[in-house]
Amino acid sequence: MLKSLNLRAALISITLLFALGGIWELATPKVKSATEMTEYEKLMGGADQEARVPPPSKIIKLAITELSDPFYDNGPNDKGIGIQIGYSLYRVLAGYFLAALIAIPFGFLIGMSPLAYKALDPFIQVLRPISPLAWMPLALFIIRDSQASAIFVIFICSIWPMLINTAFGVAGVRKDWINVARTHELGSLQTAYFVILPAAAPTILTGMRISIGIAWLVIVAAEMLVGGTGIGYYVWNEWNNLDLTSVIFSILVIGVVGMLLDAVFAKVQRAVQYQE
Amino acid sequence: MDEKPFLEIDNLSRRFPSTEGGEPLTVFENLNLDIFKGEFVCILGHSGCGKSTVMNILAGLDKSTSGAVTMDNYEVSGPSLDQGVVFQNYSLLPWLSALKNVTFGVKARHPDWSKKQVLEHSYKYLKLVGLDDGAEKRKPSQLSGGMRQRVSIARAFAIQPKLLLLDEPFGALDALTRGTIQDELIRIWSGSDQTVFMITHDVDEAILLADRILLMTNGPYARIAESVVVDIERPRGRAEIVHDEGYYKIRNHLVTFLARRSKEMAGRLEDGVVVGQPVSVNPAKENLIKKEKTKTTPELVPVAS
Ligand SMILES: Nc1ncnc2c1ncn2[C@@H]1O[C@H](COP(=O)(O)OP(=O)(O)OP(=O)(O)O)[C@@H](O)[C@H]1O
Ligand SMILES: [Mg+2]
Repeated sequence: MLKSLNLRAALISITLLFALGGIWELATPKVKSATEMTEYEKLMGGADQEARVPPPSKIIKLAITELSDPFYDNGPNDKGIGIQIGYSLYRVLAGYFLAALIAIPFGFLIGMSPLAYKALDPFIQVLRPISPLAWMPLALFIIRDSQASAIFVIFICSIWPMLINTAFGVAGVRKDWINVARTHELGSLQTAYFVILPAAAPTILTGMRISIGIAWLVIVAAEMLVGGTGIGYYVWNEWNNLDLTSVIFSILVIGVVGMLLDAVFAKVQRAVQYQE
Repeated sequence: MDEKPFLEIDNLSRRFPSTEGGEPLTVFENLNLDIFKGEFVCILGHSGCGKSTVMNILAGLDKSTSGAVTMDNYEVSGPSLDQGVVFQNYSLLPWLSALKNVTFGVKARHPDWSKKQVLEHSYKYLKLVGLDDGAEKRKPSQLSGGMRQRVSIARAFAIQPKLLLLDEPFGALDALTRGTIQDELIRIWSGSDQTVFMITHDVDEAILLADRILLMTNGPYARIAESVVVDIERPRGRAEIVHDEGYYKIRNHLVTFLARRSKEMAGRLEDGVVVGQPVSVNPAKENLIKKEKTKTTPELVPVAS
């Protein structure tokens, strides 16, 4: 039953993909001849066919060429998609794990101590709603390095969900389980590691999963701002080249990489999940 | 009986602060009780009278408002591996398998043991409760209520505590499972020198298991009104025990207490009245009320004024 449900769902997905792709393909107007151009189009540089939304067939063609050699490097403005994704992933993971390094211990502290919770709550409430990009000018000014600033922006945007979820998970650990630790004479570090951590792990992982999603959203915008390398810069650069085929291709790549990142965390989350 | 009790409860009081600034709730005050080494003591009383509160203090999980608990000559100031607890709701760690729940306790008790020693010891106790046939690899959520209860008992017994505290351990079990685990409990206890303090709501269970049954009056200001001696010979069979002469006398005594006297005797004593050890009663012996050696006189005695 489940097998057939999955099968049917997959069938519908594929049908939808082909149907939408087909409509898009057919709806794309044929290239106009120069006489048909409007005044505006002439002003904008003539009948550059790349300037209109390309049909799926062109995108697929581009995808095949790009993905067959993803790591070529022909100078600053012409690098393979693999290299660009690599830069973005590096920044995301660096900022993200730095955030985890701070958020999880602090989350523990806040979750275990009502005093720490009350004292730190106002800061969290004020800092949390700030768009990570709003930090960018300050980061650039203080850090004076665009690469590090991008990492900082990822750090600042991924820290809050992890911090809040960790605190929430730790605070919600059942008293009974803490009592089990106490009756077995576990010290506070042992209790944190053997009881609180596994008990709160599903909630912590939820926060980590939200954070990685946000980090991946933010890196594109951050790289558009700082420039140089990365998938965000790649999108912006191709837009400046009016290469819409590449823009759409990279958008799809962003989506797929984001999906894979989420899938990894979903897997870890399932591994630490438990049923009461 | 030994000259020195294993567990001494001295003038123990527990009050909970009230929520709306009114009178604090006094669950019990000036409770005195001695328990001797190797005794199996059950405590009976209506819901909410304060049984779990007493037990949590004995376990070191809760602090008394005043008074002290001494175990083996040391004051109980917190939980320790000497007081094994089987919680009312099992309290297994749900992310660990049944086996890992038991090894968790064994490792805490014997941090210097090798993996093999820990496993062997844990399996010994899982076998005692009949959970060594593959079920031990499952998580608590994949076990039946009775199996979880047995894991929890195995965990508590495996650390070989001096004092075993059981809070309604069989409350949620069907009669058959309950019977099996009761037998296992008695078997494990009789092969050791452990002292057991068990809360139950089941009169027949108490008679089957206990050396002594403590009767607690309704709260607030609950008291342990009597200590009913059960001197039916061991081993006691579930089927045979009902033919024992004393059985129905004891049973009637307990039921009457729960039905009527627990309420009639409830309430705070007059000021200046000090309660000593609970009165020892043996209903099987013609309701002869026998007074135990006690620190304070067992009856209610006005403090010299
Ligand atoms: N943390 C607490 N704060 C305030 N009151 C409490 C607290 N814990 C228990 N009480 C009160 O103390 C009294 C005794 O509770 P306790 O849990 O000891 O009862 P019990 O005899 O174990 O009942 P049951 O048989 O239903 O388990 C109850 O009136 C209860 O409301
Ligand atoms: Mg209770």
